[in-house]
Amino acid sequence: MTGTGGTGPGAPTDLGMPGFPPFPAAAREAVRDDTLRANLRRATHTIRDKRARAVAELADWEQLRAAGKAVKDHTLRHLDRYLIQLEAAVTAAGGTVHWAVDAAEANRIVTDLVLATGEREVVKVKSMATQETGLNEALEAAGIAAYETDLAELIVQLGHDRPSHILVPAIHRNRGEIRDVFAAEMGRWGRPAPGGLGDDPRELAEAARLHLREKFLRAKVAVSGANFMVAETGTMVVFESEGNGRMCLTLPETLISVVGIEKVVPTFRDLEVFLQTLPRSSTAERMNPYTTMWTGLGPSQGAESDGPTAFHLVLLDNGRTDTLADEVGRQALRCIRCSACLNVCPVYERAGGHAYGSVYPGPIGAILSPQLRGTASEIDASLPYASTLCGACYEVCPVAIDIPEVLVHLRERVAQGGPVTREGIRVRIRPARGHTAERAAMRAARLLLDHPGALRAGERLLARARRLRPRRLPGPGRAWTDSRELPPVPAEPFRDWWARERGGRA
Amino acid sequence: MRVALFVTCVNDALYPSTGIAVVRLLERLGVEVDFPAGQSCCGQPQYNTGYRRETEPLLRRTATAFAGYEHVVTPSGSCAAMLREHYPRIGRKAAGEGRGGELAELAADLAPRVYELTEFLVDVLGVTDVGAYFPYKVTYHPSCHGLRSLGLGERPRRLLAAVRGLELTELPGAEECCGFGGTFALKNPDVSAAMGADKIRAAAATGAEVLCGADNSCLAHLDGTLRRAGAPLRALHLAEILAATEEEPAR
Ligand code: SF4
Repeated sequence: MTGTGGTGPGAPTDLGMPGFPPFPAAAREAVRDDTLRANLRRATHTIRDKRARAVAELADWEQLRAAGKAVKDHTLRHLDRYLIQLEAAVTAAGGTVHWAVDAAEANRIVTDLVLATGEREVVKVKSMATQETGLNEALEAAGIAAYETDLAELIVQLGHDRPSHILVPAIHRNRGEIRDVFAAEMGRWGRPAPGGLGDDPRELAEAARLHLREKFLRAKVAVSGANFMVAETGTMVVFESEGNGRMCLTLPETLISVVGIEKVVPTFRDLEVFLQTLPRSSTAERMNPYTTMWTGLGPSQGAESDGPTAFHLVLLDNGRTDTLADEVGRQALRCIRCSACLNVCPVYERAGGHAYGSVYPGPIGAILSPQLRGTASEIDASLPYASTLCGACYEVCPVAIDIPEVLVHLRERVAQGGPVTREGIRVRIRPARGHTAERAAMRAARLLLDHPGALRAGERLLARARRLRPRRLPGPGRAWTDSRELPPVPAEPFRDWWARERGGRA
Repeated sequence: MRVALFVTCVNDALYPSTGIAVVRLLERLGVEVDFPAGQSCCGQPQYNTGYRRETEPLLRRTATAFAGYEHVVTPSGSCAAMLREHYPRIGRKAAGEGRGGELAELAADLAPRVYELTEFLVDVLGVTDVGAYFPYKVTYHPSCHGLRSLGLGERPRRLLAAVRGLELTELPGAEECCGFGGTFALKNPDVSAAMGADKIRAAAATGAEVLCGADNSCLAHLDGTLRRAGAPLRALHLAEILAATEEEPAR
């Protein structure tokens, strides 16, 4: 999946069903895949119950949530200032900062840095930013092999698959499927899976450990993301569960981190809140098992010390500054990628992550992708509608992003057009294609509803025609009658009953 | 006490029995009910589909129809949420776009006077036993807007638990959305149907005879799904259960 900057040629997956917006079409396939639905249901329900218990343990959860929101909002309001402070701190600690306006520029910077080392292999720590830019494909095009080291990410990579969850990219796979992928593919990338590999989770983890160990010991270059960057100290922070990231961050000679500009926080103290809310929201743990922090090359500037001898930070914009310009939509940039909203979303549970056509699936993906990429493509125009607005995502979000509010805001942009910022310039966009009939229907409905006389006449006509009620409706109504009965039309509307029974004032 | 009934367009056209039940119930509790004839649809379908501007005349119409009433009562959590939560937003946006502050004032004036039926019964009238009789096994689905936007909490279940003859069973996964979501049901029919199917399966497994809710839009989706599946369970609005007595049983 390639993310694109601003108005660039967003190449979202077209699922090849002309006439249908992509999300509904992709979701239809997923809903019919019983294995997929069972895998997703089991995984999301387990983690959502655990999360609820982990969160309930904290008496001050709502205050923590408000604090996280406040820290992020404050940083976003002064983002320019904190990024410049961060750059100075990273540079002072021996690192080099690069600014990438879009995905292509970020990929070019990383590719050039790797080529300059003379290496043709990199190990990777799970990073959403490099998935967003499609870095692996860009490296491959330059003759560089990129190896994912996160277990779930490895499963996705070996399986020639796409991630379907931001924290557990292989959530859609069960143990048996993973065993098959390992047995078939590991040998082609490095150390093969042991003969007679079973589907016991411990056996699978051990096979991955052996396979990865070889990669870690050989690699000279690592590419990572970061969960947070601290402006005052220039510190990068990675939260992880497996410890593989720590191997990537310490063994190689060159470390390149690609991080979205919104990940900065002002001070080291600000981490306190997220150290509590992120693990509980994402993996339902009280504390995440591994928190790795590094500051440039450290005080000894790398020469005599452990760890990399060169550190590069690539700060990625890729539509973020434009998103920041939108009053309602900017709250999506508060996201700390905990994935709680995915796990609780009933639509994600049925549609699966791939239906969202982006590395950001689920509720956060539905509001982030159409902002980072724009709403011009069919998939991006369909994403704001990929929700019932039930509000479960907002309820669990540890930084209180009002996802339903942003969804409705983006629906307006799709349906009616309006002002947006693209590459720093305020423009008015036109409504997305394919909404003409809907717009006319909404307008007609409003005219009818705003004229009670006409409304009453309509209701009476409906009551009179009630015996003719069809079982199947034509047009958009077909979607209703395909799987549900229509409600029976009553003999008279409420208004008429009232007029008859209670004084005839209606 | 005199209240204005906001019956909602769905109830007016398709579920008048719910509106009638609210009138009977409130009158039985000694409340005088008015039905301001100028009311229409609150505009939620348009708003939620992205047609905010189309809702402005409906906001004006609704606020005008209910001007002067201390209590506006409605048997729909999602329409109550529209009036209370979204009208002020629509008003502020209109003002921000230079169309005057009139809508914002109308919304700010109306919002605090709006009550969903169970809130009105429990919080304003202070009753949980409304003297109803309904001798069936019932399970309750809390619709999302009532649950999360309004925070109805235990109010509906407390009202049901006090009904004579009624056996209340807990619905597993009750807080999960039923899949209706307004135009979502039309735009994403497969996911919507899958969610509806899971909901009615959970409800049927409780052994209940009636699936109760407080929002006829969700119930239209669930009842339609039940009838298509031929399940021996029917969906019924909470108001109709609360209005039912031995002399006047529910439909
Ligand atoms: S939107 Fe909120 S709940 Fe969803 S991933 Fe981001 S921080 Fe977590």
